[in-house]
Amino acid sequence: MAEQQNDKRGAGKVQPVPEQDFSDYAGLMVIVEQRAGVAKKVSWQLLGEAKRMADKINAPVYALVMGHNVRHLADEAISRGADKVYLCDSPVLEQYRTRPYSRVSLDVIRTYKPEIVLVGATYTGRDLAGAIATHLPTGLTADCTQLDVDENRVLHASRPAFSEKMLATILCKQYKPQMATARPGVFLELAADSTRKGEVVSVSSPMSEAEVVTEVLDFLELTDRINMEDHEVIVAGGKGLGNAEGFKLLQELADALGGVVGASRAVVDMKWIDHDHQVGQTGSTVRAKLYFAIGISGAVQHVVGMQNCDVIVAINNDPEAPIFKVSHYGIVGDLYNVVPAIIKAVKEKRGLPFAANTANG
Amino acid sequence: MATERFDAIIVGAGPAGSAAAYTMAKAGLKVVMIERGEFAGAKNIFGGVLYRKQLEDVIPEFWQEAPVERRVVEQRMWLLGKDSVVTMGHRNEAFKEPTNAWTGLRVKFDQWFASKAEQAGSLNIYETVATELIREGDRVVGVRTDREDGDLYANVVVVADGVNSLLGQQLGIHREWNPDQVSLAVKEVIALPKEKILDRFNLEGDEGVTTEFIGQLGGMMGLGFLYTNQETVSFGVGVMVNDLKRTKIRPYELIENVKQHPVLRKLLQGGESKEYAAHLIPEGGLHAVPPLSGNGWVVCGDAAQLVNFVHREGTNLAMTSGLYAAEAIIEAHARGDFGKQALSGYDRRVRESFIHKDLKKYQGLHGLLKEIDSNLFDKLPEALNSAAFQMLMIDGVSKAEKQKMAIKALREAAGGTANLIKLGLKGWRAMNG
Amino acid sequence: MHIVVCVKQVPDSREIRIDPNTNTLVRQGVPAIVNYYDLHGLEEALRFKDEQGAEVTVISMGPPSADKALKQCVSMGADRAILISDRAFAGADTLATSYVVSKTVEKVAQEFGPVDVVFCGKQTLDGDTGQVGPGVACRLDYEQLTYVEKVVEINDQAKTITVHRHLEDGVEVVKTKMPVLITALSELNKPRRASLPGVINASRYKPIVWTTNDFADLDRAKIGLKGSPTIVSKTWVPEPRKIDTKMIASGEAAAIASELVAALWSTELPTRLGW
Ligand SMILES: Cc1cc2nc3c(=O)[nH]c(=O)nc-3n(C[C@H](O)[C@H](O)[C@H](O)COP(=O)(O)OP(=O)(O)OC[C@H]3O[C@@H](n4cnc5c(N)ncnc54)[C@H](O)[C@@H]3O)c2cc1C
Ligand SMILES: Cc1cc2nc3c(=O)[nH]c(=O)nc-3n(C[C@H](O)[C@H](O)[C@H](O)COP(=O)(O)OP(=O)(O)OC[C@H]3O[C@@H](n4cnc5c(N)ncnc54)[C@H](O)[C@@H]3O)c2cc1C
Ligand SMILES: Nc1ncnc2c1ncn2[C@@H]1O[C@H](COP(=O)(O)O)[C@@H](O)[C@H]1O
Repeated sequence: MAEQQNDKRGAGKVQPVPEQDFSDYAGLMVIVEQRAGVAKKVSWQLLGEAKRMADKINAPVYALVMGHNVRHLADEAISRGADKVYLCDSPVLEQYRTRPYSRVSLDVIRTYKPEIVLVGATYTGRDLAGAIATHLPTGLTADCTQLDVDENRVLHASRPAFSEKMLATILCKQYKPQMATARPGVFLELAADSTRKGEVVSVSSPMSEAEVVTEVLDFLELTDRINMEDHEVIVAGGKGLGNAEGFKLLQELADALGGVVGASRAVVDMKWIDHDHQVGQTGSTVRAKLYFAIGISGAVQHVVGMQNCDVIVAINNDPEAPIFKVSHYGIVGDLYNVVPAIIKAVKEKRGLPFAANTANG
Repeated sequence: MATERFDAIIVGAGPAGSAAAYTMAKAGLKVVMIERGEFAGAKNIFGGVLYRKQLEDVIPEFWQEAPVERRVVEQRMWLLGKDSVVTMGHRNEAFKEPTNAWTGLRVKFDQWFASKAEQAGSLNIYETVATELIREGDRVVGVRTDREDGDLYANVVVVADGVNSLLGQQLGIHREWNPDQVSLAVKEVIALPKEKILDRFNLEGDEGVTTEFIGQLGGMMGLGFLYTNQETVSFGVGVMVNDLKRTKIRPYELIENVKQHPVLRKLLQGGESKEYAAHLIPEGGLHAVPPLSGNGWVVCGDAAQLVNFVHREGTNLAMTSGLYAAEAIIEAHARGDFGKQALSGYDRRVRESFIHKDLKKYQGLHGLLKEIDSNLFDKLPEALNSAAFQMLMIDGVSKAEKQKMAIKALREAAGGTANLIKLGLKGWRAMNG
Repeated sequence: MHIVVCVKQVPDSREIRIDPNTNTLVRQGVPAIVNYYDLHGLEEALRFKDEQGAEVTVISMGPPSADKALKQCVSMGADRAILISDRAFAGADTLATSYVVSKTVEKVAQEFGPVDVVFCGKQTLDGDTGQVGPGVACRLDYEQLTYVEKVVEINDQAKTITVHRHLEDGVEVVKTKMPVLITALSELNKPRRASLPGVINASRYKPIVWTTNDFADLDRAKIGLKGSPTIVSKTWVPEPRKIDTKMIASGEAAAIASELVAALWSTELPTRLGW
């Protein structure tokens, strides 16, 4: 079975590497993730962070764009901070598959020798980064929430450990490139600047379709699967809602504010709402402009996912609830009393119509 | 597989179960012990005093290896007034060698004890609940558990499942509790730096102290306790369930209120609460002890109501009863007969032991407590405190006058002289009669 | 069909606390459990075994005490358990771990028959990287299917497998050829509770233990601390963000609401959000 096919299989078995000289490695590279020609936000967030670090050590910023018909993303990468973009545009990259994507990445990394490689800690990003790091081989720090580089160009990749109770800074001094995946929603992207100049270098895919054994048969887009990271206003509810019905009220507030509903894990576990809405350590990390935490106690695992929002409002009937410590505005009261009043006030302020069946108080 | 038979099944890996399993396994019997917790002791609580004598009978020199906390060198008894305390106590170096008692924590201790049984050859099965007894006619032949294909068969079942004994109920030896027959204990383990513990309780090295107190329990009949461990203290109160119902105070509020007492507050200051748990204590006494064995079964420890609540002894009675049950089963095993008659050796051992004698000594107490108005548990200590205060306060009032005032206050607290005398006599008889 | 399930024993992270005085982890007394996601991998393997017949081998690299985790897997129905344990493996990061785990899978294939599917968990509760799975797949040169929430079909004849991969914005239906490494999500299934005979069997089971000496061609430079490129330079407890909370505590709901709305409208929010 497998043995005879090995030679045909893409990246092939990991070979031992001889002692290497890494002195010619330079620059920071971000691997841009896209689906159907649309880049994931985290890619630009990482470019923003890479640019910040690059300026510190006076190094170039590279982007690696892979896909089919994705030339426009190379331009966008430049507008978002890349000095040079390696572009592999090939039908075999139409859909993400580990082998062809890791082959291209390995070729580019080995040829152009970036010193630091950053990948978004998405499902696809983690899949790819894990493969690349093993093949190179090099160290890979997962799921970072803080990145920095020192004067010796050592990457200080910091990530939560032990259920977010601690942060750990991880270094990889003996190998290059230094690799990290980093969480969506944590870093800030640069505003697109179309006047920025940069170079686009085309590379070809070393693998052809015939060599790839994995097929993507279908992609079932989940329209109700929402990406919390993408939203600027989040109205999150917790166990204090008392029942699943409570989310209807929160949805109404979210609608009035132009936002979406989020949730604590406790209510996701009770199946009051889908997991995609969960904010926190095992859910999404969000950086919304406005975040309501309603009937949420403020357990550290929840807080790590929302503490970086610009304005946080907490509503809780327990004045001692820890959520107040991380909130800009704290309202002590029964949410079923306060929220309808807020909905009403917001609608009045914004001149929105009142639905006939609205619970306004 | 399903037909595998054991010599004995022990239900419950508390002190009673582990003592029985250890003893039988060591004697070469094929035993299996079923425990519903994730591990032995996972959910078990007690105040925290472990006695040497009875465990030594099961495992000589156990203290060399058992996870005990501190050697108890002093026992204090406090009567709390609102902002005051009348103290009594006894401290004695002689409690050290041989050690009379240690403080302990069940999570560690039960785990260790069950592992001793395992090392001796017992098959310990966790996260498994015994749901019913399997019988053939009037003979118990095994237990059903909540796992798939969960029936187990054995010659004898040792029921050691604690105060709420489900299996005891099925045997018909465990009555439904009345709220006045059972007390609820709530306990907190509070972490304090070791130096603070040594300092605040006047201790050195592994010395420990126990404190029991009454009064200031919101008008409830009950007892509070505070025991020193290595780096924690065990703090809790036990009150009658009917009092809780009557006063509508929640157990957690109660413990929080009591903590605010100035004397206790200073001892607990800066501590960090590590666990909180509640547990029932049978207050049954001798008259509540059921038959201890029958056709193919024995019952030990709390499941058999073997506790001496006056002296907060329970684990020791549990262990001794487990040991005796094991010895009787080993004898029965040798004869190949596990009927009612054959197992009655266990009943006999208990009857001839300190267990029976101690429980007998206090058998009147339960009746007495039933008659007393719960409020007395606050009023009397308060009256004693104010009497002490009066006597010690130098304010120009003559001593004779003060004595009169004190006696008057006590009498009033008890609801009249007749009552006070009656109470005193009854108490005396209950404790000594 | 031969399925290997990789499991790791981890401290139950829910129970880990930070000592507020020393800012260090309190691991004492923290129970060890089988990494939650790994059990979902095991369950999937066992379901396949129940339905179509398969041999299930569980492997774990860890200290001797990890045999408890392996026994739990045996109690659920795994046929064989192997503990890879040696001081020399200690201090491994994901690169070194994936090396040893892949070597173990190779040795398992040699000794107990070719391997068709390897299951890993999505990630561990302690390491929390999700990198070991892809690493093992690369080293074995297996296809890798990560974040699998449903196994649609395993065709033992054609040696193909079709799964649903969970992504942020949808579900990808992917088909590939065996041998394959799958990383399991908790959506995959509900791990079974062991039967009583299973528990009894497991408590008597002795896992096979392999040390470095049991491997013919282990490269010592690639294991343990030496084989780990990453080093933890420091750990710290993050300072909570300092915030001046403005409490809107008293009054009628309507008054509270209008105070909040006034406060929100006094910020940049309405302009930035286009209210
Ligand atoms: C490994 C791990 C990962 C985790 N990951 C996450 C994660 O990603 N996200 C997450 O959220 N959690 C996570 N948790 C769980 C977390 O620890 C908490 O259990 C959870 O956040 C609690 O949810 P809650 O605040 O909704 O519920 P609770 O803690 O029960 O709080 C409910 C709150 O509602 C208040 N309340 C009740 N009634 C009312 C009312 N009528 N009006 C106003 N207020 C009311 C109460 O005072 C209380 O503060 C994780 C835990 C672990 C161990
Ligand atoms: C607050 C408090 C303070 C106390 N203080 C002291 C003290 O200082 N000193 C002292 O000596 N005694 C003290 N006691 C009494 C002592 O704790 C008990 O008498 C003793 O634990 C009884 O042991 P046991 O083995 O009979 O029962 P338990 O210790 O209750 O053990 C029963 C075991 O059976 C398990 N179990 C129950 N049902 C099932 C089932 N259906 N299937 C499987 N497993 C099951 C339980 O999980 C438990 O592990 C105190 C008790 C309390 C509540
Ligand atoms: N020491 C180990 N032994 C066996 N399998 C492991 C080990 N460490 C990690 N794994 C597997 O790799 C998965 C991902 O681990 P991690 O990369 O540490 O998040 C786990 O869910 C396990 O299936």
